[in-house]
Amino acid sequence: MTDALLAGDLPLPPRPDYLRHGSTIASWLTTTDHKRIAILYAITITFFFFLGGAAVTAVRLELFEPNGWLLTSDTYNKLFSFHGIIMVWFFLVPSIPNTLGNFLLPLMIGAPDVAFPRLNLFSWYLTIAAGAFTVYALLAGGVDTGWTFYTPYSSMFSNSHVFAAAAGVFVVGFASIATGVNFIATTHMLRAPGMTWFRLPLFVWAIYATSLIMVLATPVLAISLLLVIAERVLGLPIFDPARGGDPILFQHLFWFYSHPAVYIMVLPAMGVVSEVIPCFARRRIFGYDFMVYAMLAIAGIGFFVWGHHMFVSGQSALASLVFSFLSFIIAVPSAIKVFNWTASLFRGQISFESPMLYSLGFVGLFTTGGLSGLFLASIPVDVHVTDTYFVVAHFHYIMVGGSVSAFFAGLHFWWPKVTGKLYPESWAKFAAILMYAGFNMTFLPQFFAGYLGMPRRYHTYPAEFQIYNVMSSAGAGVLAVAYLLPLGYLTWSLFYGGRAGNNPWAATGLEWTTTSPPPPKNFDRQPRVDRGPYEYHAEGMSAGTDAPEVQNARDIR
Amino acid sequence: MNSPFSLPEASTHAVTVDRIFYLLLVLSGATVVLVFGLILLFAVRYRRGSSAKRGPMPEFLRREFEIGWTLATLLSFVFLFWWAGSADLSSLAAPAGSLEIHVVAKQWMWKTQHPSGAREINALHVPLGQPVHLLMSSQDVIHSFFVPAFRVKQDVVPGRETDIWFQASKLGVFPLLCAEYCGTDHSVMRGKITVMRPEDYARWLVQQPEGDDLAHEGAKLFVSQGCSGCHAGSSNVHAPRLAGIYGRMVQLSDGRTVKADDGYIRDSILQPKRDVVAGYDAIMPSFKGLLDDGELQSLTAYIRSLAEEGSHD
Ligand code: HEC
Ligand code: HEM
Ligand SMILES: [Cu+2]
Ligand SMILES: [Cu+2]
Repeated sequence: MTDALLAGDLPLPPRPDYLRHGSTIASWLTTTDHKRIAILYAITITFFFFLGGAAVTAVRLELFEPNGWLLTSDTYNKLFSFHGIIMVWFFLVPSIPNTLGNFLLPLMIGAPDVAFPRLNLFSWYLTIAAGAFTVYALLAGGVDTGWTFYTPYSSMFSNSHVFAAAAGVFVVGFASIATGVNFIATTHMLRAPGMTWFRLPLFVWAIYATSLIMVLATPVLAISLLLVIAERVLGLPIFDPARGGDPILFQHLFWFYSHPAVYIMVLPAMGVVSEVIPCFARRRIFGYDFMVYAMLAIAGIGFFVWGHHMFVSGQSALASLVFSFLSFIIAVPSAIKVFNWTASLFRGQISFESPMLYSLGFVGLFTTGGLSGLFLASIPVDVHVTDTYFVVAHFHYIMVGGSVSAFFAGLHFWWPKVTGKLYPESWAKFAAILMYAGFNMTFLPQFFAGYLGMPRRYHTYPAEFQIYNVMSSAGAGVLAVAYLLPLGYLTWSLFYGGRAGNNPWAATGLEWTTTSPPPPKNFDRQPRVDRGPYEYHAEGMSAGTDAPEVQNARDIR
Repeated sequence: MNSPFSLPEASTHAVTVDRIFYLLLVLSGATVVLVFGLILLFAVRYRRGSSAKRGPMPEFLRREFEIGWTLATLLSFVFLFWWAGSADLSSLAAPAGSLEIHVVAKQWMWKTQHPSGAREINALHVPLGQPVHLLMSSQDVIHSFFVPAFRVKQDVVPGRETDIWFQASKLGVFPLLCAEYCGTDHSVMRGKITVMRPEDYARWLVQQPEGDDLAHEGAKLFVSQGCSGCHAGSSNVHAPRLAGIYGRMVQLSDGRTVKADDGYIRDSILQPKRDVVAGYDAIMPSFKGLLDDGELQSLTAYIRSLAEEGSHD
C-alpha cells in the first residue's frame, strides 16, 4: 500500500471521460454517444465550411474585374451554386443544432444521451452520404442552378449535374428530419427531475423550436427536389408550361421550405447568444418567457411568409399583400429579442471575453440584417432590390454575420467543456474583432451596389459597380483570415491548451456541473433541478456588486 | 459609365419607391443608433467592476415595459405595411391609353416590338411622359426585366404573359438588366432603354424598317394556321365568331364567366379544353407546341384588333 492510500486518499475508480473512452477509429465510427457524434459533425461541417469558402474565394477574386479575368461564365455559375448548396445544407443548417445542439441538449436537460442514440448516428451517416453526392456533383463537372434550383432551368435547360446535387440535398434533408425528431423526443421525454418547461435554458427552447421546423418543413424540400428529378430524368411534365406544367409551382414549394429554413439557421444562434450574454453580464436574461414565446412565434409564423420571395414572380397582388403583412408581423418577435438582449446588459457586471464579443457582434449584425428585412417586406422597395446584391447583403448579415458569429460564440463558450482545454483568449478576442470588421467590409458595400441596381449571380457587371465589388472582395480577404485563425488556435489548444475546470466561466446551467470533458453518460449522479436557468442573482436584483476578483472567480459553483 | 454613387429617378414610380426607401432608412437608422447606442452605453457603464449603481432593479422594468415596446414595434410595422402596401396597390394597373410594347425574352436576349411593328433587340426606345405597358413572355426559362432607374422589375415566365408599366420622367439612356438567373450568359443579358421626347420618338419610329405590325401578322397566321377554317363567318363548323370578344365577359359551359383578356385568349389557343364556351363543343384542337410566343402575341393582337373594329360599328 502506498502512502496516499494509507492516508485515506483513495484513488477514484477509473472513469475515463467520453474522449478517452475508447480511442480506436472504430469506436468513433460506431459510437452512439451524442457527444462523440457532435464531434463527428463538427469535423464534417468544418470540412464543408472551408470547401464552400474555397468556392466563394474564387467568386470574389473574379469579381475584382467587371468583365472577368479568371473564370468562364459556366465555371463562375457553378462556383456560386456550389457555394450556396454547401453553405446552406452542409454547413449552416447542421452547424449549431448538430454540433452544439447534439453535445449540449442532453447535458442541459440532465439526460444521459438523446432519445434515439442510434438514429443520431444514422443521421450523421446520411449527412456523409449526401455530402458524397454533392461532392461527386462538383467533381463530375458541377451544377449551375444556384442553390434555389429554379425550374424550368433546373429541370429542362441546365446541362450540369443537377441530379447528383439535388439527390445530395434530398438525402441531407432526411438527416435533418431524423435529428429534428430525435431532439423533439429528447426534450419531451428525458428532462431531469425538476427540469420543467419554463426552467429550460433558452438554448434548449431554440433547438426545440428549430427541430419542429425541421420536421414540418423539410419534407416539402424533399418533394420539390423529387419533382425536379422526376421531370429531368423521367420526363414527367410538372413544371414545363408547354405540357401543362407550371414553373412557378416550384417556387412555392421551394420557399415553403426555404423560408422556414432560414429560421432553422437563425433560431439556434439566438439560443447560443441567450446563454452567453447572461453569463458574461452576470444577469438573468430579461423577459425569459417573452423570449420563449418569441421563438415559438417565429417558428410558427415562419411557415406563412414564403411568398415574400416571389413579389416579382407574377403572383397575385392580393397574395403579395398578405405575405408582405405577415413578413412585417414576423419581424416583431425578432425585434423583441434584440431589445431583450440589450436590456439584459442593463446593470450587469459585463466582461468581454471572446464568446461575449462574438455574441455582441451577433446582436449588431442580426439587427442590421433584420432591419434590411423590413425593406424587403415593403413590396415597392422589394420589387426594386429583389434579385440584387441588396438581398445578398440582407441574408448574409443574418446568416453569416448573425448565425456564424453565434456559432463561434458557442464554440468558444463551450470549448472548455467539450475538449477540457482552454484556448488562448487574446487570439480569440482578436479573431472576434477581425471577423466583425471583415464581415462589414465584405457585405456593407453590397447594400449600396444592390440598391444602385447590381443584380446578383452576375459573372460580369456594369463598370460603375466595380468600386463596391473591390471593397467586398478585399473585405472577404480579411474575413477569410478571421475564419482561419480559430482553426489554428483552437487546434493548438487541443495539444497545448491549459486544463479547463468544470465551470471556467462561472456559468449557471447543468452542463457546467459535470466534469470537463464529461463522462460517457454525462453525469455521475442524476441531476435534480430546483431553479430557473439564469439565476446569476436574486430575483428583482441586478448583477452582484462583488469585487471583480469574485465576479471573475472560476468554478464558484 | 453611369455614376457609381447615385441612381437617377427616371420614372414617376421611382419617386414613390425612393420615398418609402428613405423613410425606412431613417427609421432603421434611428433603431441602429438606439440599439448600438444602448449596447455601447451599457458595455461601458456596467463593465465588470465599474462603480455604476447596481442593487434592486427599478420598478418600471416590468412586464408592462415589455408589452409596451412590443406594441410600439407592432404598430410601427403595421404602419409601414399600410404605407408600402397602398403605394403598391395604387401602381398596379397600367393606365388606359398606355403605349403597348411586347417583350419576348430568351436565352440570352431581349426582343421588343412596338405597336407599329418596329422591332429592337436588347434595346427599347420609349417616349417621355407617356405610360408604357410591357406585355412580356419568355421562350425558355424564367428571366426578369429590370430597369433600376425606373425601379421596376418583373419576372418573365415561359407559358404565361406577365406585364409591368412605367412612365419615364427623364431623358437619357438607362440600363436594362436580366435579374433572374437564367444560365450561362445571364450576366450579359443586358440592354438599353432610351427615353426620347415624344416627337423624337415619333420620328424614330418612322425611320425604323417597316416591320409587319402585330395585328397584321396575326391576321396572316389566323389563316395559315387554319383558325379561320372554323372561326370565319363563312365556315360551316360551329365555332364562335371572334370579332368583338376581346374585353367582354364570356359565358363558359361549366357555368363560369370569365373576361376575355390576353391570358384567356392565350389559354383558349393552348388549352382549349380548359375554358369551353357555352353552347359549343370542345372540338378546337390545342396549338401548344405549334405556335411560339411571338406568334401567340400576334394572334392575340389580331383578335384584339377585331374587338376595336367591332366597337367602331
Ligand atoms: C376545329 C375548329 C377550330 C379551329 C381550327 C380553331 N378553333 Fe378556336 N374555337 C373552336 C370552337 C368550337 C370554340 C368554342 C369552344 C371552346 O371554347 O373550346 C373555339 C374557341 C376559341 C376561342 C374562345 C372564343 C370565345 O368566344 O371565348 C378563341 C379565342 C379561339 N377559339 C381562337 C382560335 C385561334 C386563334 C385558332 C387558330 C390558331 C383557333 N381558335 C382554331 C373551334 C376551332
Ligand atoms: C427579421 C425579419 C426578416 C424579414 C422581414 C425578412 C424579409 C425577407 C424578404 C422579404 C426576403 C425576400 C427578398 C427577395 O428575394 O426579394 C428575404 C430574403 C432572404 N432572407 Fe430574410 N427576412 C427576415 C429575416 C431573415 C432571417 C432571420 C434569415 C436567415 C437566417 C433570412 C434569410 C433570408 C434569405 C436566405 C433570403 C434570400 C434567399 C434567396 O433569394 O436566395 N431572413 N428576407
Ligand atoms: Cu423568407
Ligand atoms: Cu437572366
